[in-house]
Amino acid sequence: MHDLTNEILELIRRTSTDLPADVEKSLRSAVEREEAGSAARGALETILKNVELSRENSTPICQDTGTPIFYVKHPEGWSTRQLRQQIRTALERATQKAYMRPNAVDAIYDKNSGNNLGGDDFPYIHFDEIAGNTLTLELLLKGGGCENVGAQYSLPDSRLGAGRDLPGVRKVVLDAVQRAQGQGCAPGILGVAIGGDRGSSYFASKEVLFKVMGQTNQDVKLAALEKQLTEEANTLGIGPMGFGGKTTVLDTRLTGLSRLPASYFVSISYMCWAYRRRKMTVQDNQVSYD
Amino acid sequence: MQTVTIPIRDEVIRNLKVGDPVGLNGVMVTGRDAAHKWLIETFIKKTRSPQGDDQQVYEALKPLLAGGVIYHCGPVVAGLDTQKYRFVAAGPTTSIREEPYQADVMSHFNLKGVIGKGGMGPKTLKGCQEVPGVYFHAIGGAATLIAQSVKKVMGVYKLDFGVPEALWVIEVKDFPAVVTMDAHGQSLHAVIAERSSKVLAELLQ
Repeated sequence: MHDLTNEILELIRRTSTDLPADVEKSLRSAVEREEAGSAARGALETILKNVELSRENSTPICQDTGTPIFYVKHPEGWSTRQLRQQIRTALERATQKAYMRPNAVDAIYDKNSGNNLGGDDFPYIHFDEIAGNTLTLELLLKGGGCENVGAQYSLPDSRLGAGRDLPGVRKVVLDAVQRAQGQGCAPGILGVAIGGDRGSSYFASKEVLFKVMGQTNQDVKLAALEKQLTEEANTLGIGPMGFGGKTTVLDTRLTGLSRLPASYFVSISYMCWAYRRRKMTVQDNQVSYD
Repeated sequence: MQTVTIPIRDEVIRNLKVGDPVGLNGVMVTGRDAAHKWLIETFIKKTRSPQGDDQQVYEALKPLLAGGVIYHCGPVVAGLDTQKYRFVAAGPTTSIREEPYQADVMSHFNLKGVIGKGGMGPKTLKGCQEVPGVYFHAIGGAATLIAQSVKKVMGVYKLDFGVPEALWVIEVKDFPAVVTMDAHGQSLHAVIAERSSKVLAELLQ
């Protein structure tokens, strides 16, 4: 086990400045769907130009470098205490290098820490011990604009006529997309968790955002609903940036959790088009990036 | 694309219509949640007395905001240690959070333009008609690209609010935006919200 601070700094740089290939590909195919000369197409073209420039210049794709969410899967024997410290040091250095904006604000005393470090909650770090000898460190940067349009519903919802079943889930997800309008920086990616308690449900809705785009859900029922939701959301006409257009949602991911008999939560995490998600793998002291 | 120079004259504002792409030139000020709350409480509603350098900053802002533009933006800034500031990434933040404050700030300072993303509500739209003023929509997330139109950081006020919330005075050239709310009561956001709400109602039947 060696110190990974520099490698984690590189993971942060890549995540903030270099959009993953699957996301860029999805945005490129969205451009083709929008009419020539439309505001929607113009917005997507600007977005893609920005993606290229950010990669070339190694500067943040979006100035809101978001909540840093780290998921670490480590083999037996790694010290999570030391990994946490390495992640925190790397984040502080990434902030000094302007790959990250200082984003940790004390909610009670309204003070920005200036170095992106808050308490143990910021950055958010999740550890899992796994079998084998490969360590993976994944990072998602989720901006505030899209986080603010996330939503949680407790079913049944009489306003929407949504019952405790998948047709009910469909209704509340479409409602959340309509309410978000362009404010979450559409076109977005939807992470949806069904079940759980209020806390676990929201966590799960973010965890699905670590998946690569375009993967088909193993559950046939969920796979069908994911496809239907993306297609129906795109009939709402909200479009890129809320300018109107055909592309409101790029992808939908659903996941199910156990729930209490009394509860039926549906939690929706809306991810903006600047879907900054990267992975680093450590095996036999060799570090590689996706 | 039409070039709009700051400070902006009323005649120019009235000629701008929803859908017009513009390139903005001149000096603008960034301001978002903390700045709007501070301006409203200290100088407009006066529910809090000026403290520290408040009055001094207010006097410095007045001429910048008269006929000027406020940009809802919390930038990534390099050179914080040397004070040779440079905008590295500077896209817009979601504007709707300033809805309770924006119209009052516009009329108090005779502010002609607001830049942000996601659009604003009826109170700001009414403000745009009265002042007159417009809402310019920048592309959310296009932070590196927009930072390139920031030619110079002229100064910063209230850095104690934190880098994202401070009021940065910047000189821009060909800052790209689209008018989505104009001085004639038109709002693209209201149109899209209404239209999508009808589609949703059909989908939920």
